Amino acid sequence: MSNPDTYCIKTTGLNLWYGDFQALKDINLKIRQGIITSLIGPSGCGKTTLLRCFNRINERYGNVKTTGSTLILDEDIYTPEVSLIELRKSVGMVFQRPNPLPISVYENVLFGLKIHGATESQEKSTRDEIVEKALREVFLWNELKDKLHRRATDLQLDQQQKLCIARLLPLKPEVILMDEPCSALDSEATRGIEELMLGLIPKYTIVIVTHNMAQARRVSHECIFMLMGELIEHSPTDQLFLTPRDERTADYIEGRYG
Amino acid sequence: MGRGRLEIIAESLIEWVIRLCGISAIIFIFAIFLFVFKEGAEFLFNELDLTEFFFSKEWYPTSGYNKRYGVLALIVGTGSVTILAMLIAVPFGLGAAVFISEFCGPRLKESLKILIELLAAIPSVVWGFIGLTVINQLIIHVFNAPVGLNILNGGIILALMSVPIIVSIGEDALKAVPDSYREAAVAMGATRWQLIRRVLLPAAKNGLLAAALLGVGRAVGETMAVLMATGHSVNMPNSVLDSVRTLTATIAAELGEAPVNSDHYQVLFIIGLLLFSITFVVNMTADLIVRGVRKK
Ligand SMILES: Nc1ncnc2c1ncn2[C@@H]1O[C@H](COP(=O)(O)OP(=O)(O)O)[C@@H](O)[C@H]1O
Ligand SMILES: [Mg+2]
Repeated sequence: MSNPDTYCIKTTGLNLWYGDFQALKDINLKIRQGIITSLIGPSGCGKTTLLRCFNRINERYGNVKTTGSTLILDEDIYTPEVSLIELRKSVGMVFQRPNPLPISVYENVLFGLKIHGATESQEKSTRDEIVEKALREVFLWNELKDKLHRRATDLQLDQQQKLCIARLLPLKPEVILMDEPCSALDSEATRGIEELMLGLIPKYTIVIVTHNMAQARRVSHECIFMLMGELIEHSPTDQLFLTPRDERTADYIEGRYG
Repeated sequence: MGRGRLEIIAESLIEWVIRLCGISAIIFIFAIFLFVFKEGAEFLFNELDLTEFFFSKEWYPTSGYNKRYGVLALIVGTGSVTILAMLIAVPFGLGAAVFISEFCGPRLKESLKILIELLAAIPSVVWGFIGLTVINQLIIHVFNAPVGLNILNGGIILALMSVPIIVSIGEDALKAVPDSYREAAVAMGATRWQLIRRVLLPAAKNGLLAAALLGVGRAVGETMAVLMATGHSVNMPNSVLDSVRTLTATIAAELGEAPVNSDHYQVLFIIGLLLFSITFVVNMTADLIVRGVRKK
């Protein structure tokens, strides 16, 4: 499934405007399959915007215009033939605030399969297995196996966030996008999420936005530094932090942009 | 010194006035209830046969030798018109609420909301007038009926009158669903319909139920429009094309002619009490449901 020499996401000349404001400027990147790539940069530089391009969830806002090409596993996702539904099935997303749906834990995990029409022909035992497997992959099974029918919105925040990751897994996505998934969590819960991310590769390709440089160093193999809508540097994480090629990257990791 | 004292007095006076305003709402409700109760109390406790009142369809309050006060036909009248109105208004109203909240652009949304407020501002006698003329003719033509003043007419009019309240409360309920739920579902590839059916309706169900109940409350209490549209004849209906008479319309039409403190007069107040209780229970339930939503 994974092959570090294959590129999972490629963009060429990607530009994005919110109305008149250009939030992404000529982004060219290649993200490798099966590893964790982090997006770092000062607040407002366009990290979230770029991440949200990869499953076209940006288009929920009416005033967005995108040009250039974005390929996911060599398929251009901005052509008219692309089904948004299929795209979002294979490119899952985890948000900054945990957002489980106000239904049971069990139903949350199966929600994706349900909307993609996969559960109708399944036996209950098959569904139970799917739920158990997904929850095990995010280390929630032992905590929640007796609470499967509790409302997901009543769980602790870190459990909610893990559940939000778990509910993507039954759809067998290619890519999991995470937008500052730990910013609402304490440091212990953050470790928990990082540990589980490392367990998800190389089966899945992960792209994570983080404002926490220590986190980028801990979890990511490659790192992308952005500034004011531009991609400044994309290097292996160690290299980016130890011997940055660009002066602006050096300034940022030394804390000069705050 | 003197000024300081004046200020203190003024302040506490204002405080009392505000407190009084708050309490007065409660006092008014009790006062109204007590007044209605007092006017009917004597007959209610001494002469009224409750079995006859609730289960007889004989409403002859002015008969010369044998007065009968059975309100079953009136209850059936109110019930049938209300049920028909809700069968029309709830799906329409909730559908419109979903449309306004999920499908409209911001401009269309504003215009529709204004339109709905206008609809809510039409006086009930004007609705009655529309029932008496437009819908009356329509029913006569479409169903080949001798008259068009019946349950169907009243139901349609009441539905039109209840739709605004259902739409606006329903839209509030949908608006209260956090956007993060929508985003979560959309990001997993949910279509618009799946989003509505699997996320929004379950998440907003209490608010939507309250919207429907407030619509019922509106329909049960409406008087003038149903008086004009239902035909106003005491009748146990067999179909929606039969005329009926409602509890409210009976009070409105007969109270002016009943001699004060006569049995007839008192029975009309007892009917008022009955109506008061029904709408109180319906609104209370709706309110409790809405409160339940907020607590979560
Ligand atoms: N929906 C939107 N409409 C208009 N401007 C937006 C919108 N979302 C983000 N922006 C702007 O785009 C820029 C990049 O935002 P974002 O991608 O959220 O940055 P980051 O995630 O790096 O903090 C910011 O200047 C922000 O103000
Ligand atoms: Mg962001």
